[in-house]
Amino acid sequence: MSRFVVFLTLIALLPTLSFSFTPESPTDRRILVLLDDVSLKSSHSLFFKSLQSRGFELEFKLADDPKISLQRYGQYLYDGLILFSPTIERFGGSVDLAAILDFVDSGHDLIMSADVSASDLIREIATECGVEFDEDPAAMVIDHTSFAVSDTEGDHTLIVSDDFIKSDVILGKEKIEAPVLFRGIGHSTNPANSLVLKALSASPAAYSANPKSKLSNPPSLTGSAISLVSVVQARNNARVLISGSLSMFSNRLFRSGVQKAGSSTKHEKSGNEQFLTELSRWVFHERGHLKAVNVSHQNVGEANEPSMYRIKDDLEYSVEIYEWSGTSWEPYVAEDVQVQFYMMSPYVLKTLSTNQKGLYYTAFKVPDVYGVFQFKVEYQRLGYTSLSLSKQIPVRPFRHNEYERFITAAFPYYGSSFSMMAGFFIFTIVYLYNK
Amino acid sequence: MVGKMEAVNGVKSGSNSSPSTFQSAFFKPDLSLKSLKLKTKQQELLIRVSILTLVYILAFITRLFSVLRYESMIHEFDPYFNYRTTLFLTEKGFYEFWNWFDSESWYPLGRIIGGTLYPGLMVTAALIYSIIRFLRFAVHIREVCVLTAPFFASNTTIVAYFFGKELWDSGAGLVAAALIAICPGYISRSVAGSYDNEGVAIFALLLTFYLFVKAVNTGSLAWALASAFGYFYMVSAWGGYVFIINLIPLYAMVLLITGRYSMRLYVAYNCMYILGMLLAMQIRFVGFQHVQSGEHMAAMGVFFLMQVFYFLDWVKHLLSDTKLFQAFLRITVTCAVGVGAIALGVGTASGYISPWTGRFYSLLDPTYAKDHIPIIASVSEHQPTAWSSFMFDFHILLFLFPAGLYFCFKRLSDATIFIVMYGLTSMYFAGVMVRLILVATPAMCLISAIAVSATIKNLTQLVRTKSKVAHTGSSKGTTSGKASSKASLDQSLPFQRNGAVALLIGAFYLLCKYVTHCTWVTSEAYSSPSIVLAARGAYGNRVIFDDYREAYFWLRQNTPPDAKVMSWWDYGYQITAMGNRTVIVDNNTWNNTHIATVGRAMSSYEDEAYEIMRSLDVDYVLVVFGGVTGYSSDDINKFLWMVRIGGGVFPVIKEPDYLVNGEYRVDKGAAPKMLNCLMYKLSYYRFGELQTEYGKPPGYDRARGAEIGNKDIKLEYLEEAFTTSNWIVRIYKVKPPNNRW
Repeated sequence: MSRFVVFLTLIALLPTLSFSFTPESPTDRRILVLLDDVSLKSSHSLFFKSLQSRGFELEFKLADDPKISLQRYGQYLYDGLILFSPTIERFGGSVDLAAILDFVDSGHDLIMSADVSASDLIREIATECGVEFDEDPAAMVIDHTSFAVSDTEGDHTLIVSDDFIKSDVILGKEKIEAPVLFRGIGHSTNPANSLVLKALSASPAAYSANPKSKLSNPPSLTGSAISLVSVVQARNNARVLISGSLSMFSNRLFRSGVQKAGSSTKHEKSGNEQFLTELSRWVFHERGHLKAVNVSHQNVGEANEPSMYRIKDDLEYSVEIYEWSGTSWEPYVAEDVQVQFYMMSPYVLKTLSTNQKGLYYTAFKVPDVYGVFQFKVEYQRLGYTSLSLSKQIPVRPFRHNEYERFITAAFPYYGSSFSMMAGFFIFTIVYLYNK
Repeated sequence: MVGKMEAVNGVKSGSNSSPSTFQSAFFKPDLSLKSLKLKTKQQELLIRVSILTLVYILAFITRLFSVLRYESMIHEFDPYFNYRTTLFLTEKGFYEFWNWFDSESWYPLGRIIGGTLYPGLMVTAALIYSIIRFLRFAVHIREVCVLTAPFFASNTTIVAYFFGKELWDSGAGLVAAALIAICPGYISRSVAGSYDNEGVAIFALLLTFYLFVKAVNTGSLAWALASAFGYFYMVSAWGGYVFIINLIPLYAMVLLITGRYSMRLYVAYNCMYILGMLLAMQIRFVGFQHVQSGEHMAAMGVFFLMQVFYFLDWVKHLLSDTKLFQAFLRITVTCAVGVGAIALGVGTASGYISPWTGRFYSLLDPTYAKDHIPIIASVSEHQPTAWSSFMFDFHILLFLFPAGLYFCFKRLSDATIFIVMYGLTSMYFAGVMVRLILVATPAMCLISAIAVSATIKNLTQLVRTKSKVAHTGSSKGTTSGKASSKASLDQSLPFQRNGAVALLIGAFYLLCKYVTHCTWVTSEAYSSPSIVLAARGAYGNRVIFDDYREAYFWLRQNTPPDAKVMSWWDYGYQITAMGNRTVIVDNNTWNNTHIATVGRAMSSYEDEAYEIMRSLDVDYVLVVFGGVTGYSSDDINKFLWMVRIGGGVFPVIKEPDYLVNGEYRVDKGAAPKMLNCLMYKLSYYRFGELQTEYGKPPGYDRARGAEIGNKDIKLEYLEEAFTTSNWIVRIYKVKPPNNRW
């Protein structure tokens, strides 16, 4: 009996024990890092340190460790995954392509880095996320105009790029001054996929080819179509970062100075650290995460939500939208949040007013059409998680006793029927008694 | 029968009379004969009442096959909607019912149920239910609904009796009651569980006609008023009231033309038309149609014509000069017709008078629907009637009908003119549309009853007069009437008597055949609920396929309450009533575009269909598939109609794309579009792995007798959610959009 009580208490405590990704605090906490080589842990320590200093628990494992698994008993053990294992052909344990995709599809985040001679497995994961790496395994991004100036001439595979995605939400408010150093494989984004974004693009003069061999065919990837770093925000708001270079995360490139070819300014420190740190903040939901709560709608002047509206009712709609600042929920302020009153097409489209404290509200009249409507808020802004709220509500026509009882236009009819009745009455009397 | 009645009567008279008279009757047989003779009227009444009671009970119990075989359940498609609305009515009350806006059907348009149905049936059932509850019988509303149709069928026999009596005599009435009680044409729509409008409507139809004929015969305002109320009940119950409102003016018109115009007709018609119209306007679904729709204009025209006639009569009464009157008549009639034509033209042109509906057109021109309105043509009960179904539904009535017409013409009266017109027009309509056999049934029964009754009466008279002549001819003088008949008999007495006996036996044999035929048809053809299917197993045992209910209960238990289910419209009512889920389209086919959208989705490739389904927020797709069981009325067999209806609104869907050389097939030779459209994929998904029949390759479709052409079906945007045990219903879930794309 006492055992049973203990068991019950444990079960009751279970939810409080988990610190995982919850709607309440969307920032990830536990992150699994899969490495090709243990040495990466020290050679890329700056990147890992910055994550740990922000409160993430990193668990380092070798990618072919037979004991790794992402979930146990249907519960995910991690909130995020970093794949720094570009050459792995087969993960250890129960992790495979499907497991990683399921991990993302259940709302968890992923940072993966390919590199020159990336394995098929890594390529497949990228393909599933809408990113195609150059098919030639030896290909690298080469740029003869914007390469990093160094002591030796080299083959111009260490390129610099400052073609960032223009979004404060993704890259932070602070401008990245120094360009980013990159050495690795380029990729293209699938035009059919509207969710993938180029976070860092190559310059128009770049191309992707094997630097060691002579170029016999025109390169398949050229110019700014080449993406160096891409991000994906899935429909369930899971975020994925795909990079073509593992070395760009390394301490060496974080520390090294940079001078773009043909440019006189020499930066003491490359932009890599700032770029990747900010990007990892975004990927791990420290920024750009919105939530909508307290969606409510009611007739003007009433407190409770009705189960059904009537045509031509005046109604109020309100929703509270908050943004996650990394530690707490702050009111989200924008002027462009819109609500639709939708039945196959929007019958009402209104921009919501805000009180600057997170509350968005509006009032409108239900259109003169009955049917099953939806309040729809489809708020998709670059970098922010997409808000898509829909609430179904039927709109009914007037009841039989909700029309006006007497209308002026009908007075002739009332008059005629009453005069008819009176006339008939008089006629009857006259007919019966006037003989 | 007669002997039994006499015995009963004897006991009755004995108990009524004092012991002394009983004794005297016992000792003096001639006295008892006298007392019996005195009570002939009562005897006849008793026999009549007993026969009617038996017929009443027979009409009820012959419709109970389905309840005994299966269970007390609602049949078919439309009755499920009626059941659902009745349930709502009993739970929420009349005003909620009247104002009911149903957001669970026709998503996302919704349907104003209160304003788009004929409430008569539901109100009747709810009334019966509340009466039974008031009498403290704890019944479920479903039982009431199941038994409403048989109950009204029984009532119809009573009306048929009185109608027959009004038309001919009480003998014809009894025969009519007996004939209509078991006539398959009527039973097809009134078996227990067939809870449909027609169940009460035929009763209302016959009642209205009877009361109107009675009103015409008597010229009484009260009967005309009763007939107006009968009409009101009919309007509240079924859209077939249009038949009444066109037949009665036509009848009045015929009487006018044949010079049978009388004050009785004037009173009956005017009172019935005006009051009936006003009452009918109270039904929301009908509204102002009586003054605004082209289908009702004939009645109004005849109404005005009647006034002109009356006016002319009055003028004729005042003017003694016939020449003057002739001139006046010409002017008045020309003016009246001219004004009427102008009013009709202006009304139609200005749109005040709506043109005829497609259903009405297709009645007048049977090929109209086929060319213009595929949705009407697609319904099996709207097809032109095959000759065999006349035989099936009417049996000997088919031969008795002309005989009855002969008798009607022989004794022409206002009433017989009515029944002749009713019979002829309804026979025409029955030929146009198979379900209108139902409307023709009462007329067939009545006219046949006249034939049977008149024939048998004549024959028995022959037989009985003969014996009477032999017995009493010498002792007493015959009356003048009998003398004339005797005179005609005298020419070939022995032959005629034997002939009469033979004919009587023949008639008896025919009627017996009719009874066995009716019972057989009722038991074999019209008592299956069609929601539960039955088949014979290999050893003659009965196999029950309860897949429909299995699927609907799966939907009810396993899907979110606001899930939207897309299916072909046939199953809409059942899904909402039994599955309690929102449907896109249902059997109330009021919005052709919406149905065409579903038809288009079903006949498109999967990716195109996915877009359509997303735009309609579809969560589940339900298809009916008979390939495993050999059930032939499945969605693949209905599929061409989906293509036609879809193509009627969206020309991207073309019927020839689904046919090969004009041939519809599902095997390897089928059209590529056919093999890859959504309906094909959903029906045959994983069917290629299944061995359905011994000695046939896997994927052998038993309903169409062909090996399917696409055995390797991959679904990209949908996933199989549920397939019933015999594969009759298959439900697929629409996947959400790809997470990373």
